[in-house]
Amino acid sequence: MPTTTSTPPPHLDDLMTLVPKKMVRARPLFDPHLMWRATRESFVKLNPLTLLKNPVIFVVEVGATLTSAFMIRDIFMGRPDISFSLQISLWLWFTVLFANFAEAMAEARGKAQADTLRKAKTDSMARRVVSPGKTEIVSASKLCAQDVVICEVGDIIPGDGEVIEGIATVDESVITGESAPVIRESGGDRSAVTGGTKVLSDQIRVRITSNPGETFLDRMIALVEGAERQKTPNEIALNILIAGMTLIFLLAVVTLQPFAVYAVNSAHAGTVPSVAVLVSLLVCLIPTTIGGLLSAIGIAGMDRVMQDNVLAMSGKAVEASGDVNTLLLDKTGTITLGNRQAVEFLPVEGVTGADLADAAQLASLADETPEGRSIVVLAKKEYSLRGREVSEHEAHFIPFSAYTRMSGVDIDGRALRKGATDAIIQFVSEKGGSIPANFIELSDGISRTGGTPLAVADGHRVLGIVHLKDIVKGGMKERLQQLRAMGIRSVMITGDNPLTAAAIANEAGVDDFLAQATPKDKMDYIKKEQAEGRLVAMTGDGTNDAPALAQADVGVAMNTGTMAAKEAGNMVDLDSNPTKLIEIVAIGKQLLITRGALTTFSILNDVSKYFAIIPAMFAATYPELNKLNIMHLHSPQSAVLAAVIFNALIIIALVPLALRGVRYKPQSAAAMLRRNLWIYGLGGFIAPFPCIYLIDRLLGLLHLA
Amino acid sequence: MTMQGFAYIVVFFLILLALTKPLGLFMAHVFEGRRTYLHPILRPLEVLVYKFCGIRETSEQRWTQYSASVIAFSLVSFLFVYAIQRLQGFLPLNPMHFSTGRAPGYATPMTPDLAFNTAVSFVTNTNWQAYGGEQTLSYFVQMAALTVQNFLSAAAGIAVLIALIRGFVRKETNTIGNFWVDATRATVYVLLPLALVFALFLCFRGVPQTLKSYQQAATLEGKTQTIAMGPVAGQESIKMLGTNGGGFFNANSAHPYENPTPLTNFLEVLSLIIIASGLTYTFGKMVGDTRQGWALFSAMAFLFFVGVFICYHSEHAGNPILARLGVDTAATATQPGGNMEGKDVRLGIPGSALFATATTDASCGAVNSMHDSYTPLGGFIPMFNLQTDEVIFGGVGSGLYGMLLYAIVGVFIAGLMVGRTPEYLGKKIEQKEVKMAMVAVIATAFSILVFAAICAVVPFAKNGYWNPPGPAIANLGNPGAHGFSELLYTFSSASENNGSAFSGININTPWYNLTTALAMLIGRFGFILPTLAIAGSLACKKKVPTTSGTLPTHGALFVGLLVGVVVVIGALTFFPALSLGPLVEHFFMHEGKLISAIIIRTVGV
Repeated sequence: MPTTTSTPPPHLDDLMTLVPKKMVRARPLFDPHLMWRATRESFVKLNPLTLLKNPVIFVVEVGATLTSAFMIRDIFMGRPDISFSLQISLWLWFTVLFANFAEAMAEARGKAQADTLRKAKTDSMARRVVSPGKTEIVSASKLCAQDVVICEVGDIIPGDGEVIEGIATVDESVITGESAPVIRESGGDRSAVTGGTKVLSDQIRVRITSNPGETFLDRMIALVEGAERQKTPNEIALNILIAGMTLIFLLAVVTLQPFAVYAVNSAHAGTVPSVAVLVSLLVCLIPTTIGGLLSAIGIAGMDRVMQDNVLAMSGKAVEASGDVNTLLLDKTGTITLGNRQAVEFLPVEGVTGADLADAAQLASLADETPEGRSIVVLAKKEYSLRGREVSEHEAHFIPFSAYTRMSGVDIDGRALRKGATDAIIQFVSEKGGSIPANFIELSDGISRTGGTPLAVADGHRVLGIVHLKDIVKGGMKERLQQLRAMGIRSVMITGDNPLTAAAIANEAGVDDFLAQATPKDKMDYIKKEQAEGRLVAMTGDGTNDAPALAQADVGVAMNTGTMAAKEAGNMVDLDSNPTKLIEIVAIGKQLLITRGALTTFSILNDVSKYFAIIPAMFAATYPELNKLNIMHLHSPQSAVLAAVIFNALIIIALVPLALRGVRYKPQSAAAMLRRNLWIYGLGGFIAPFPCIYLIDRLLGLLHLA
Repeated sequence: MTMQGFAYIVVFFLILLALTKPLGLFMAHVFEGRRTYLHPILRPLEVLVYKFCGIRETSEQRWTQYSASVIAFSLVSFLFVYAIQRLQGFLPLNPMHFSTGRAPGYATPMTPDLAFNTAVSFVTNTNWQAYGGEQTLSYFVQMAALTVQNFLSAAAGIAVLIALIRGFVRKETNTIGNFWVDATRATVYVLLPLALVFALFLCFRGVPQTLKSYQQAATLEGKTQTIAMGPVAGQESIKMLGTNGGGFFNANSAHPYENPTPLTNFLEVLSLIIIASGLTYTFGKMVGDTRQGWALFSAMAFLFFVGVFICYHSEHAGNPILARLGVDTAATATQPGGNMEGKDVRLGIPGSALFATATTDASCGAVNSMHDSYTPLGGFIPMFNLQTDEVIFGGVGSGLYGMLLYAIVGVFIAGLMVGRTPEYLGKKIEQKEVKMAMVAVIATAFSILVFAAICAVVPFAKNGYWNPPGPAIANLGNPGAHGFSELLYTFSSASENNGSAFSGININTPWYNLTTALAMLIGRFGFILPTLAIAGSLACKKKVPTTSGTLPTHGALFVGLLVGVVVVIGALTFFPALSLGPLVEHFFMHEGKLISAIIIRTVGV
């Protein structure tokens, strides 16, 4: 386990983020332990008060109770044949239980995840700073916001906070599931630490930012457990639709009774259908499939987001991500590899490449930035110049400052500088040097191709230019292409000048870019998009991203980011992978598609059930209606029973689909609709016919009806 | 089907198609407040109406105010129509002296419940007639009350549609136009000119327009016959154009004075559907994408064709029981063949089947043949048209707003399947829209099923006040499944504001007058208020820009989806009821069985 404080080589790290680290905590769909838990829970959920929030299943429960009551009455009245009503009652209760099971299963998966997290929440002790230089040991649960604690190697960080002093490597695997340690340091965008994580090296002072019970971990547990689950807008709308359908079918079935009375009286044959049969028809017609699976779909959607190591603060945010029209992507680290790399030395007239490389390498020796290191590496590669130990020389390093926009070294009497072209021109001019003829030309040439020119000077002499280039991540173009197919516009945010930005935007294939972007520019861009009716998603990590994260419809904060950013966004990516947004969008869409698909399936199922039950109901009154019995079900009782059994079993059969979500592939809306209509529309229409037929035969074989 | 009959229907459709765009474009201009070629003549009239009624042309209403205006307008109209009917004995233009001591022996008394039913009926654009016009109403009532309502209730329907369209067009505002202005424009620029031209044409083809009293004629047998007449043409033209359907005479468009020739028949069908058809184009034009209008038109046209051909085929095929008895029911040069019962030989089977389908596609309700006498399947089509909320072209305005509500439901389910919050025409379809669309669908289903169910079992004392014939089913003209069809059709027609009848049933009793009037009110306002609520909600929303991730609503896929939603929701709601009516009757007929009080199993063959 590395304990050094240096960051790993940049490109390796960046390449890693392209590999989706999902399923870190993925569970098998049917873990026996979870199954058991869900089974128990499905009985607890029979409580009518809790079922009331699911109108469709509640109606089934009422129907089951009614049927059972009539059956019991029949037993007491000594009616001989209760086999049929007994079976109907049982299957109606199964229908309720199966629907409960689907929800319980989804919840159990969340709870299992919460249990893992809760283990991390061992009550650790904290060293609280009482006054400068004096500390006391207190229980972590006693810490309040603004307390300052000291954490050393091996300590569990007692609460969420911000590093105010020092730098340390921290193991955040409890939260992220990622075993590689991360750096946390004071100031800048990597200052946030999370309670429950473990310090692996060095010592830091942390200012606690949350009160007891409100830590990140607490919130996360509550979220995955589903305790804070609120229905999302689309889910509510869909609930209204299926409740409306339920009401329509209630009308159709309730009025069928008087219609049947009329029919029986005028035909002088047969009897009015019994309560058990009418309830069966009702239960078969109301959309029990989607009604039973709706909340499971929502919970499972959140769970899938979690498995992608993203912590969504609400289901609404996940759903909104499916609606996103515009994706703001930071150039650095998202579209391009984290940092610019030196790719070429371009000496001015009269200077050799080796001289330029030598000077550039010397000037970069003390430069720990990735650009600086890439210059050292390039010089070594192209001119076999080894990185020298600067301590052998009398060297004075000049750090980069925003004022001079240069850095470099004074070594052996030479003043080596590298920096922005205009800064170097100014530097050389002040030393009385002249600017070589092709210098500006070289510099502009690089700018035009989207590179960054880094000028190098030795005192009054301009040596040439190092070409720094952004490397667009492999596969980025294809992903952005997919986004476009889904109707999502990608916008690159960069601090570069428009020329550079345009070149990279072109190379990466983004639809638009925002160059020289300040936090305010970002904010304005988001507001402009929103005013035009678009939904905007963005990622961010810095404190200055916080307002934009809050403004965006979907704001994904990086876990490495500051607390302010995390608070502002509505999701936190524990892997701190900015391209994750694309996966989140896919999950959001999948969630909606699954709901729509199962609703369509559920409603179209009804056609077959009419063909099974209606002729059975009036078999004695209107034998002519047996023409509608196109499945040739062998007896009226068996027909009704087969439809009810199919209706119950289909819920269980579709639980895996509800939990996994229907297959999603980025494509245009029309293509996607056509595909789903074929599968779930036509499938929902046709599938029940053979199934009901088979159940009917089976019932016949077993002499059950 | 004969080639001739097939061509008749296709030619009809082609003419309809050709007229849709010009009329639709004209109406779009009218409702967007632009100048049209009729403005030089009619603008002064429009301004006069505003001045007279104190309407400010530029003021805007929220959906609640718009709804309140519709209700207030309907309420005042109702009181006016009710009062005129009750007072007709004291009013002028009553040559037959109805509601006076000198009324002829055949006159139907204008009881409070009949006047109530008729007033509700004409105000809700239903035009259900529990009376026979020539036996009950004075010319004054026909003209001042009923004909006026034919214009106004139609204009109100168009206005509501225009308000809904504005909901789609406008963004981030809480107003949806002005009811009074919309209704005035619909009357002045659309209904009046068309009705005037059509009325003149009808006069030219022999429809009377006179204030003379009924004529006595001597028949060949030497008896005297009373020939009813009156100001028919004026009422006839708007009865069709405004999808009202309330005939001047009891026989409606089967009466030679309402519909004298095959040509007038053809034009009457065309006129009852033309405005609704044109409005699909108006819709497309106003939302800025005519393809959207054509998509709705296509869905309607598809359903229209399916319905008309099933109906025509079924009527043409005739009754197999008669065929088995040796009756020649084949079409030949000298006889139309098929099922001619209840149809006029002038109009023939295609002319009748087309009329029956169109009048129930639209919420017209005029009839030129007796739907009660159709074959089970032929009669099933008009009934199912009613039960799918008359969205196949539909009533003027009401058909399209009904279809748009179905589109909202369809888009909501399908929209989810493309992985986005569903959108229609750039407006997100959310809780409120779904809720209101469901309220509308449930309201009519409730009204049809619950009233029919009550009537199927409710007992009344014979010769009592509420229903003198006895139990509610005693009013049915036929026993068994056919009687049930009559009952179901009655409340489908009332709830959907159609007004046609499976004529076997006698409903002029306080019980039926009251329940059907209630059904008409539920059907009218249970649909209009949710529609306006949706309009208000949509107008407040932003417009979401279209991307490749947006569900396209102008292609064949959407048309198919819409057709599916209409048929599936209608079928799922009414399948049990329909199976006990036309479906079982159909099976009976094909098994050679008849239904009577005691079922006679198989008739000797």
